[in-house]
Amino acid sequence: MNPSFPPEIVPLFMPAAAEIVLAAGILVLVLVGAFRGEKASAVVNMLATALLIVVAGILIMAPTETVVTFNGAFVADGFGRFMKVLVLLGSLAALLLSRDYLRRDNFDRFEYPILICIAALGMMTMIAANDLIGLYIGLELQNIALYVLATIHRDNARSSEAGLKYFVLSALSSGLLLYGASLVYGFTGSVSYPEIAQAVQGPQGLGVIFGLVFIIAGLAFKMSAVPFHMWTPDVYEGAPTPVTAFLSSAPKIAAMAMSIRILVEAFPGITREWQQIIAFISVASMLLGAFGAIGQANIKRMMAYSSIGNMGYGLVGIAAGTVEGMQGVAIYLAIYLAMTLGVFACIQGMRTENGRPELIADLAGLARTSPGRAMFFAALMFSLIGIPPLAGFFGKFYVFAAAVQAGLYWLAVIGFLTSVVSAVYYLRVIKVMYFDDPRGSFVPMAIGERVVLAVTGVFVLAFWLAPSPLRAAAGVAAKSLFAH
Amino acid sequence: MELTIGHFLVVGAILFTLGVFGIFMNRKNVIIILMSIELILLAVNLNLVAFSAFLGNITGQIYALMVLTVAAAEAAIGLAILVVYFRNRGTIAVEDINMMKG
Repeated sequence: MNPSFPPEIVPLFMPAAAEIVLAAGILVLVLVGAFRGEKASAVVNMLATALLIVVAGILIMAPTETVVTFNGAFVADGFGRFMKVLVLLGSLAALLLSRDYLRRDNFDRFEYPILICIAALGMMTMIAANDLIGLYIGLELQNIALYVLATIHRDNARSSEAGLKYFVLSALSSGLLLYGASLVYGFTGSVSYPEIAQAVQGPQGLGVIFGLVFIIAGLAFKMSAVPFHMWTPDVYEGAPTPVTAFLSSAPKIAAMAMSIRILVEAFPGITREWQQIIAFISVASMLLGAFGAIGQANIKRMMAYSSIGNMGYGLVGIAAGTVEGMQGVAIYLAIYLAMTLGVFACIQGMRTENGRPELIADLAGLARTSPGRAMFFAALMFSLIGIPPLAGFFGKFYVFAAAVQAGLYWLAVIGFLTSVVSAVYYLRVIKVMYFDDPRGSFVPMAIGERVVLAVTGVFVLAFWLAPSPLRAAAGVAAKSLFAH
Repeated sequence: MELTIGHFLVVGAILFTLGVFGIFMNRKNVIIILMSIELILLAVNLNLVAFSAFLGNITGQIYALMVLTVAAAEAAIGLAILVVYFRNRGTIAVEDINMMKG
């Protein structure tokens, strides 16, 4: 603790109003679930949806200035607000997608929406954390909820295997992150980001650099960047599809936001050093994402590699290390959120009378059996490639432009080339849908899946009409990050 | 010989390395992996407490308490997942965790 900064006996609670409401709401939901027993799941799901909307409303209404509270452990600023709203949107979509799926597959439990809310609370905490303790607590709150979510289909061997793998590797990565945090604490004498930033100026000894490397390794695990991506394909394939949709959206955004905050606010003095590491994992992720997905037959596995590649593109913006770079990442994450949720709504819609096929080949002839769905799916795939004027193009454009401005031409070039390579597997999906003979048709999509697909599809198709609100919001978020 | 911060850090580093190797070298039993995770967290705690004493700063001890608490929760969840897995597959050997590969 900073001695010139008298400890607050009663901290300011208002900046954390959203988190407090969410935490209290979760406790109420648990009680509702416990009292109503097995039949509570529909009610709890509805209440959880309402709760997340209320919390997002509180966040949007909150004043915009930066406030630090809880003795420097918690910061409420424009950046946190932007990322938290994205996380809440991802969680809301996960709830919408899950309702019908859980009922049909007979593991309709009230714990599911509650766990989504707990994970969202953990993510909001880690985005708002202004010291290493807060970061760890938020991260673990999120992780513990996600372990259970991945295993939630507990009669299914693949779901439990996915949960076990996720647990082991995620716990290992938390260990790496903590070890790094302990070194940074030891060599700087503080856990609070601003104080670390004060201590870390100019060339550093091995201790701090070692700590930083361990912390980045832990963070890379959380956002499934190469070389810490091994868990992603297995967990994506094994976990129930709505859980996979959740895993690939909100936690990725939270991990990215957390990394940006710790790198920019705690280690601005050694930007050169971490830029190199981030640029390396970014290139490795883009390459692996592009080439790894080509041979995949299972569409969830393909999307796992796609998300690894997408995190690589996001990291390009972080590697730039500038305000424009962070603005680019914020825009990229918002667009990535929409694209990935839309794709998973489509994947979840792959349901026949007697099961849930997951192979890309099972999509054959979708354009003839359900043309509307195929059109949205194709639009999302084109957007993931980055074809203008779809939203995905703008996401990539802003991060690459920031990289070029920061002088990282080679990074932008590699990003561009891997986008071209990744077109191979995205186009294959479109080819299968439009040019292969139908193998039988899917049953109509559930209402939640339709809503998610329609919203994200329209966003992706119409983003070019009005890109400025998102760009302005991301700009405010990025500026607040560099203001102090 | 006087005990310095360096000694504690070396012990911490050794414990940490043992934990990481325990996860990757072990081909037998998932329980050993859980033990290795605990070992990693304990190495971190040792580091934190040693630094805290060395710096004369209590933050590290508070951090260590937080880590202990979370480690307990994590171990509980890990064992629960392991039980679920065992019910489905009838084994917890590491080499059998291979339904999904790639």
